[in-house]
Amino acid sequence: MERFLIELWTVRYTLLDGLIRTIGVSATAIVIGSAIGLVVGGTLTYGPRSARWPCRFYVDVVRGTPVLVLVLTSFYVLAIVGIDFTAVQAGIFALSIFCGAHMSEIVRGALQAIPYGQTEAAKSIGLTFLQTLRLVLLPQALRQILPVWINVAAELVKASTLLSIIGVGELLLRTQEIIGRTFMTMEFYLVAGGLYFAVNFGIERLGKYAERRFALPAGS
Amino acid sequence: MSYSFHFGVIWDNFDRLLAGLALGLGLALVSIAIGAVAGLLLAFAGASKVRILPALIAAYVTVIRNTPILVIVLIVYFALPQFGFRLGKIESFVFSLTIYATAYLTEVFRAGLASIHSGMIDAGRAIGLRRRQIALLVIFPILLRNSLPALGSTFISLFKDTSIAAAIAVPELTFEARKINVETFRVIETWLVATALYVVTCSLIAAGLRRLERRFPRF
Repeated sequence: MERFLIELWTVRYTLLDGLIRTIGVSATAIVIGSAIGLVVGGTLTYGPRSARWPCRFYVDVVRGTPVLVLVLTSFYVLAIVGIDFTAVQAGIFALSIFCGAHMSEIVRGALQAIPYGQTEAAKSIGLTFLQTLRLVLLPQALRQILPVWINVAAELVKASTLLSIIGVGELLLRTQEIIGRTFMTMEFYLVAGGLYFAVNFGIERLGKYAERRFALPAGS
Repeated sequence: MSYSFHFGVIWDNFDRLLAGLALGLGLALVSIAIGAVAGLLLAFAGASKVRILPALIAAYVTVIRNTPILVIVLIVYFALPQFGFRLGKIESFVFSLTIYATAYLTEVFRAGLASIHSGMIDAGRAIGLRRRQIALLVIFPILLRNSLPALGSTFISLFKDTSIAAAIAVPELTFEARKINVETFRVIETWLVATALYVVTCSLIAAGLRRLERRFPRF
């Protein structure tokens, strides 16, 4: 136990560095993925048929593919087609694509749940389509999106562990390096697991809070 | 970019990919079967009156659901042998995936139990059924049917999670694809075919589930 604590103290900055990388990678993927989700989700709901079809294809293909396959495909294929990404960039690319597909479905579901009367009302007071979207539909959809969005964030933090397989120095790979040196396998995997749990549990609490905070008051 | 496609080597190795796919499906099936039984038991136990039990089960579900599956897989495969718990690659992965599946399915069945209308239980009591009979003949069938969509999506996500077995060299689809990629250097072809296999399998499962759901109407 004492040896473990000494080792833990020695590697504290290594672990912290990995944790920051994990959070950084996940956060970047969430931002890009949410942007994709808004555009694709909006297109799926309101776009012309010709634009809806490729969007549906993208969403269905990505949702039917394991994240690890997305990560490996991005890592190996992007280089072949002449896109010179580092492992981190390829990883962020894969996670963003993954996040984007899930966000698209969430955005589409939320937009379609809004009664059509809202759109009609907006039209009748003379709002253009973009104004309707920005002022009437999105604010209402956001109430539904937010709690689920936070769940996607937790999923992404978990999925970011897969980047260790392509050599991105996030928390899990750093942990494996430490284990390779100290041979304290269980101890350090539990440390990593504990850190992931702490991050995700925090996100989950935030989600529960958002759900309560943004729920429609009963009876309205 | 000038890249000429050569699918020939992929077709030469296609049986390996298919064997990997079958292994992945098998891993997911075994895990969901054990996980469903365990989840059902835990969900019923979680509704029990003994105080400590629901708290323990809730803790298990929360911890597992918030831990990345790769971490669980690595702990079971690399760390547990230190404590004399040594399993083969495949058994070890099934064990990890089952731990994961149990946590998710406990939550599914817990929500299912909570959604059963108390009138159903009263009705069972009114016609003179005993407690065990109510659980077995009234609650269980309704629970199973109402949990079917969630069970289905859990199965699909478990199947996708079997790709993570590649990390401990279990020869499932992702592992085989990676090997073929390295052996043949037909990078785009390999990943195109592997992705297509996953997508097609997932949509076939989803279509099958939709038929099953239509076949048995909701209560």
